[in-house]
Amino acid sequence: MTAATLNLALVGNPNCGKTALFNLLTGARQKVANYAGVTVERKEGRFDTAAGRNVRVLDLPGTYSFDAASPDEVITRDVCLGAFPGEPIPDVIICVADATNLRLHLRFVLELKRLGRPMLLALNMMDAARRRGIAIDVAALERRLGIPVVETVAVQRGGADALRARLDAAIAPAPMTTVDADLHAEVRDILAAAVTMPSRTAATDDALDRVLLHPVLGFAVLIVLMFLIFQAVFSWATPLMDGIEAAFGAFGEWIGPALASMPLLQSLVVDGAIAGIGGVLVFLPQILILFLFILVLEESGYLPRAAFLLDRLMLKVGLTGRSFIPLLSSFACAIPGIMATRSIQDPRDRLTTILIAPLMTCSARLPVYTLLIAAIIPERTVAGVFNLQGIVLFSLYVGGIVSALAVAWVIKRLRKDKSEHNLLMELPSYRVPHPRDLAIGLWERAMIFLKRVGGIILALSVILWFLSTFPAPPEGATLPAIDYSLAGRLGHVLHAIFAPIGFNWQICIALVPGLYAREVAVSSLATVYALGGNEEALGAIVASEWTLATSLSLLVWYVFAPMCLSTLATVRRETNSWKQVWIMTAYLFGLAYLASFITYRLALGLS
Amino acid sequence: MVRQVEPRSDADPVARRLRDLGFVDGEPVRVLGQGPFGGDPLLVQVGYTRFALRRAEASRVIVEALA
Ligand SMILES: Nc1nc2c(ncn2[C@@H]2O[C@H](COP(=O)(O)OP(=O)(O)O)[C@@H](O)[C@H]2O)c(=O)[nH]1
Ligand SMILES: [Mg+2]
Repeated sequence: MTAATLNLALVGNPNCGKTALFNLLTGARQKVANYAGVTVERKEGRFDTAAGRNVRVLDLPGTYSFDAASPDEVITRDVCLGAFPGEPIPDVIICVADATNLRLHLRFVLELKRLGRPMLLALNMMDAARRRGIAIDVAALERRLGIPVVETVAVQRGGADALRARLDAAIAPAPMTTVDADLHAEVRDILAAAVTMPSRTAATDDALDRVLLHPVLGFAVLIVLMFLIFQAVFSWATPLMDGIEAAFGAFGEWIGPALASMPLLQSLVVDGAIAGIGGVLVFLPQILILFLFILVLEESGYLPRAAFLLDRLMLKVGLTGRSFIPLLSSFACAIPGIMATRSIQDPRDRLTTILIAPLMTCSARLPVYTLLIAAIIPERTVAGVFNLQGIVLFSLYVGGIVSALAVAWVIKRLRKDKSEHNLLMELPSYRVPHPRDLAIGLWERAMIFLKRVGGIILALSVILWFLSTFPAPPEGATLPAIDYSLAGRLGHVLHAIFAPIGFNWQICIALVPGLYAREVAVSSLATVYALGGNEEALGAIVASEWTLATSLSLLVWYVFAPMCLSTLATVRRETNSWKQVWIMTAYLFGLAYLASFITYRLALGLS
Repeated sequence: MVRQVEPRSDADPVARRLRDLGFVDGEPVRVLGQGPFGGDPLLVQVGYTRFALRRAEASRVIVEALA
């Protein structure tokens, strides 16, 4: 006989390994990273105990105390208290604590115990604790706390077996304690009785922080690191991209003649599908390289240090060091970035961060940048080592960042209230990223990208092909066929709006599908010019037919333009306000138009 | 060593959070470093944990120097 499903909740301080444990128990792949505030939602999963009992487990955002300070902490508190709508009160609370950080984590364990619910303590990161020579007397700990204690290593296969086994035995409600007892004093007592620690901190953390948080050295390291990432994205990816491009070109040449008897189908396959997919797929290497760096930074524990170094600068423009992590994620994609702002406690800081997140150059913009840069900037080496195209790319990113800071500063000015903003951020231990985790992270990114390519991007490409092929030109037409098509007409209408900033009507057409997926703008251009997925040919057209001013104007447009409907939908959900969405759309559009206008006019004037 | 955390107002969430994080009477603390601009924020170690605190936040913590 199996009993009814057991409801568990994983609760604990931020960054103690709850999500890693959740993944290990359920086989899920929720995001794990080495800083506080990765998990901002409740996530559910299922698994079976050794005895076959069905278990439903919730992964919750980390919290230091029930005195919740940010929206994600409120979720955790409400679930534990059974006050979360639609969520039953958990049968057993699994309290997770970092064995190397018990002075902090045990206090929250004691606070949880006051609920008087059945509870179990998972002493996680036992591998790290052993490495540092920390000895924990588990029996004494159990006696003192009055709840079962199991050791776990959430990042090792089999590291949660003891926990899984313990769930088959009955777990009694935690013994009641006096409510006004001094929890800190109790923690000290327990530590004195059950834990011996050779040193308060890990020697490697001390050494690394001395360099990485050094006022001068640390800042230099940060700048060099960021610059290296962009150089790598541009130069490492090139051979891989050339390979993918060649493969698609060969495929188009092979399949084209095979369909020669049906010109319409041939055009659909070559100019629509292959152009659409190939034009986007070539950017996979760049996106993966960017993600590799982001994953390493996340897992190593460096990100909160970067936030530390930048806090003062960000405070000047009305942000907080905490904004750094959501903003950095926005370089991958603004959507996870905007969701990550939930770990920012101050609602004002959070809103500002959301509003400027789209100015961080997301990876979907890389294709547009790459195409235009390759077409208009010569491939040259500067100062012996730097790739000129890499430098231009870097400055586009910097352009986005600088304008984000400027916008934040304006928002701060417009806002009247001068009350205090907070930082209060934990700096976790450094960790060497696990190659396997990195590989999994990259693999997942690649799959997300490929699904997009096979789904929305393919669909958009085909739709665009239809729009630009039909209606067919009348007999005796003198202009190119696309001028008579629906897409061509639409392009000419939009052209009236965008002519002042130098866009031709082909660009105007490509902007429309770009609203759903920015990457498509490039392949759309290929479709509009009927080039059958040939990036190089498109590059040649850009180089020969567009003026330099037009290319620059489009580059600048992409730095600012609110060209992504999913981002706007996320903003709506996260702020719960259409007003913010409109403010964001209007200011980004205005900024994009203005900046492109100035760029275009300046470039025209100078050439 | 920490003596106490002084709230700025009756319901000062920062002061409460600082206490929750372990800034309580008798707890050893050390300032290990400062940010690159204007010496803000501070890198503070309390218990086994490091925190980044802005000076405004840290100023709530009343400390006593140990020999
Ligand atoms: N060495 C070691 N690292 C762990 C263990 N559990 C988690 N981690 C790491 O600790 C960090 C935080 O993990 P995460 O699951 O995101 O913590 P959460 O914030 O509690 O969900 C990540 O860098 C994990 O790789 C463990 O048992 N041993
Ligand atoms: Mg988590």
